[in-house]
Amino acid sequence: MRKFTRIVTVIVFIFLYIPIIVLAVASFSSGADLAVFKTFTFDRYAELFRDSTLLVLLRNSAIIAILSTAIATILGTAAAVGIHYSGGRIRKLILSMTNIPMTNPDIVTGVSLALMFAFTGTILRLNSILGFWTLLIAHITFNLPYVILNVMPRLSQMNPYLTDAALDLGCTPLQSFFKVTIHEIMPGIIAGALMSFTMSLDDFVISYFVTGSGFVTLPVEIYNYTKKPIHPKLYALFTLLFVVILLLMIIMNLLQGRDKKSKTRTVVQSGIIGQQ
Amino acid sequence: MKNSTFSRKRRWLSAPYVIWMLLFTIIPLCIVIYYAFTDSVTGAFTLSNIGGILDYATIFLRSIWLSVAATLICLVVGYPVAYAISQMKPNMQRLLQLLIMLPMCMSFLLRTLAWVALLEDTGILNNVITALGLSPLPLIRNSGAVILGMVYNYLPYMILPLYSAISKINPRLIEAAEDLGCNKTRTFTKVILPLSIPGILSGITMVFVPAVSTFYISQKLGSPGTVMVGDIIESQFKGAYNPNLGAAMSLILMILIFLCIGVTNKVTANDSEEVAN
Repeated sequence: MRKFTRIVTVIVFIFLYIPIIVLAVASFSSGADLAVFKTFTFDRYAELFRDSTLLVLLRNSAIIAILSTAIATILGTAAAVGIHYSGGRIRKLILSMTNIPMTNPDIVTGVSLALMFAFTGTILRLNSILGFWTLLIAHITFNLPYVILNVMPRLSQMNPYLTDAALDLGCTPLQSFFKVTIHEIMPGIIAGALMSFTMSLDDFVISYFVTGSGFVTLPVEIYNYTKKPIHPKLYALFTLLFVVILLLMIIMNLLQGRDKKSKTRTVVQSGIIGQQ
Repeated sequence: MKNSTFSRKRRWLSAPYVIWMLLFTIIPLCIVIYYAFTDSVTGAFTLSNIGGILDYATIFLRSIWLSVAATLICLVVGYPVAYAISQMKPNMQRLLQLLIMLPMCMSFLLRTLAWVALLEDTGILNNVITALGLSPLPLIRNSGAVILGMVYNYLPYMILPLYSAISKINPRLIEAAEDLGCNKTRTFTKVILPLSIPGILSGITMVFVPAVSTFYISQKLGSPGTVMVGDIIESQFKGAYNPNLGAAMSLILMILIFLCIGVTNKVTANDSEEVAN
């Protein structure tokens, strides 16, 4: 049994990483075909850094991801706190509204937003409403549920007496919110923000429907590229992004490992507060 | 007293979010319904968009069977992986979890393109096969390739919820089952499997929903014979422009997904009741 599950695990990891290896290897090949390795070269990387359009696309993606994550994190955290303090029916209603973008397929979310923007465009008599703002609105909308679903569990795990204690000790409600509540739910906020950032950076389907020709993100342009013969410098970009994300994950893993150790201390502390 | 006014005030923090969701989730869905039931030229009420979908019934059925197959394969393959990870040392568990999440962060368009290179008639796998002295296999542009593409792209979405459900199972329950005379198989079917049902359910949803609505995978790995609903919807907005038909299809797709999830929830709920009895 143990042996069997381990063998399946190894095979699955090979399966998950084969295409990534194929792309990474191709980024060092002088040929354009993914399937044939010609000779070893760094040319693709040199071309990548000379290419100003790709860097613009990458910058566009980063701008949208950072802005939408920031706004979704603030709106979503506030919403999670609000939902946490709301009673039965309203809570249920808001939570089922949160579930709509989660269970709807991306294509339906994209189509519905695109139709609404088109509708607004005809009312306002604007020809090209699609662009930066529609993209930002769409990204905030699909990021919000990730923030809320990450923050909600933290709020219910929080000791409810902590805010009372802060108020008793002379904090104003506003101070108790920023000093106690935010502090306690921080890991959830960070997890939600990270999740929205990666979702936003890699989103293709929704962006594809709500983007105009004026402001294009990297995944959308990659899709346009793949309709023509694709340029191999994209493989170099992919490989670089892979290395960056891998390094980020390793750092996160190390930080989490440290966090685990310090968390046992906080749990002991909050246990003491809880008893009093 | 202090407490109740305090929490009443905090309730209002969700107001901006509710307004946002009304504007950008509820209203857009209403507009989809509006478009689905109006004529593209005159704007008058019509049922012809919904009726027009009947022409695409085979495509709907095909999308469902391809994605159900992919979801089941993900479940059967993903479960042992999630179980194996949950049995490892904590550090190893964290590492493997990240390694499963890592491909999810990379462009799925390019990764799917890499599968094209692997499966092509003159691709990497067929080169290996011919080098071994065998005749090349038709690996691409068929249903199998589309299912493979779906399994590849969405397997992490199955493994992660399964892993989180299995790793939450209290090990004392397993010990108790063994003490009470269950063998390995019975412990698995009576304790571990029923307790991982929440993970199974969210895994199925997280794989089935994107799989049934995909359009890129079927475009790249499939053939005209494997066109899916997503392809047709996409072409209504980006190619043969008919947003009203596209809206009607989106609406039907949404309803289908709600029905499928509902049925899955019901079936698994019955199963877990039987186990409990």
